[in-house]
Amino acid sequence: MRTALGLVLIAALMAPLVPLALWSVARGWFFPQILPATWTLEPWMRAFAPRSDIPGALLTTTLIALAAAGLALALGIPAGRALGLYRFRGKALVELALLAPVIVPGIAVGLGVHGVFLRLGLTNSALGVVLVHLVPTLPYVIFVMSGVFANYDAEAEAQARSLGARPLQVLWHVMLPAIAPGVMVAGLFAFLVSWSQYILTLTIGGGRVVTLPLLLYAQAGAGRNDQAGVLAMLSLAPGLVILALVARQLSGRGMTFGGTR
Amino acid sequence: MIGRGHPWLSLAPALGVTAVLFGGGLVLGLMGSFGMGRGGFTFDAWSAVLSEGRVWRSLGLSLWIAFASTALACVIGLGAALLLRRRFPGQGLARLLFQINLTIPHAVGALGILWLLSQSGFLARLSAGTGLIDGPAGFPALTQDRYAIGIIAHYVWKEVPFIGLILLANMQSLGDDPEAAARSLGASPFAAMRLVLLPLLRPALIRAGAIVFAFSFGAWEVPVLLGQSAPTALPVLAWQRFTDPDLAARPEAMALAMLIALVSALLIRAAFAGRS
Repeated sequence: MRTALGLVLIAALMAPLVPLALWSVARGWFFPQILPATWTLEPWMRAFAPRSDIPGALLTTTLIALAAAGLALALGIPAGRALGLYRFRGKALVELALLAPVIVPGIAVGLGVHGVFLRLGLTNSALGVVLVHLVPTLPYVIFVMSGVFANYDAEAEAQARSLGARPLQVLWHVMLPAIAPGVMVAGLFAFLVSWSQYILTLTIGGGRVVTLPLLLYAQAGAGRNDQAGVLAMLSLAPGLVILALVARQLSGRGMTFGGTR
Repeated sequence: MIGRGHPWLSLAPALGVTAVLFGGGLVLGLMGSFGMGRGGFTFDAWSAVLSEGRVWRSLGLSLWIAFASTALACVIGLGAALLLRRRFPGQGLARLLFQINLTIPHAVGALGILWLLSQSGFLARLSAGTGLIDGPAGFPALTQDRYAIGIIAHYVWKEVPFIGLILLANMQSLGDDPEAAARSLGASPFAAMRLVLLPLLRPALIRAGAIVFAFSFGAWEVPVLLGQSAPTALPVLAWQRFTDPDLAARPEAMALAMLIALVSALLIRAAFAGRS
């Protein structure tokens, strides 16, 4: 009984991926054909042909996500440490301010950020897109890292200092090894959150910064379903790899906070 | 826990960036909605937006999408969590596959739903193949339809694992003891679940539901692909105004963006009030 219900559940969750995957290996797959008449790797070859936009978008998306995740870690690890280790006045308010951007929809913030970036000359640039991706990625890193630091034994740092370690040595040899798994999870999911962004990229990038989700809709809208199928498969890949990497580290709670939105 | 201290130096960079990007974005959006920055201060955009029937229809549609998606995702997510928490053959694999949706970008999922549910989509082809329908027109309109079924289907598809995994994590930390105690006092399995487990899960469910509601209310890429052209979901309407060649529509776009922010802010307040 449970196995049957589990099968139904998983089948329903996988169902939308079926047509995406089929289109990426199909040629001229029309109603009422249930499966493509011609199976071919041609869409993939075309996607990586010299004149295709896809390799460029793949590179752009990857670099933006790496930069956004790196920046979010740089800002979020110290903040997570402060929230995880200290009690102080106004802590609840600080937590709310830092985590609220996850709930407020991107378009509500993005249109105003566009105004800020217009004044700073950051619109239509990859740098601007990286910075605006901090809005959804930074809260995620802070949330994960404050949880990591809440279970972190800061006494070890005091012991290392009393044995004569310098502050940087303490950071490198005591703190970093202890928080490394958490940093990895936070960084990978910040990458994934940035990787999946749509409206913030479109608002700030102004259509000049073309990432995979934007190209996906453009190709589907132009009726190039086979290319959209390839783009969909490429967009899924990092999430699957990351899931495989961290599946053992997660009970589900850390991951569910972000998902990709 | 180190205890009391002054961690403001570590918080400053994150707070500064959040203030500029998030705070600055909201403040500039609010100013823009009052026509500031183009000299003057007017309520024109707000009165135009609030007196326009189309805006109210879009707001109604977005609220319907958010309510329906959240309710279905919570109910099915709860069912999935109850299903996956007990051992059964294939449980490990099911749990792993259950998490995959969390990593899928919304744009990819929405396109998958379109190609699955549209009148020439995969399900329609299966129906035609089994002789249930004659042609695409025989298949019900499940995408770009009046009731936003495609949009809701997408959010439910994407958020059931989100709700389910949060509840699973909570069930794991609660353990079996509360229910076992109720059972030993004579409660039926169903009564133990309804009277003991569900109240314990309630806070987590409310918070997770609030996140789902805010997202399905405010996302753009899903209704733009799966929604009908009129009325559009509120975020799609805001984006139309924002990209209108007539720059006079900009303040209205900002007012709509602020309206979306306001609804989500009220929601955060309601769901997270009195936390811990």
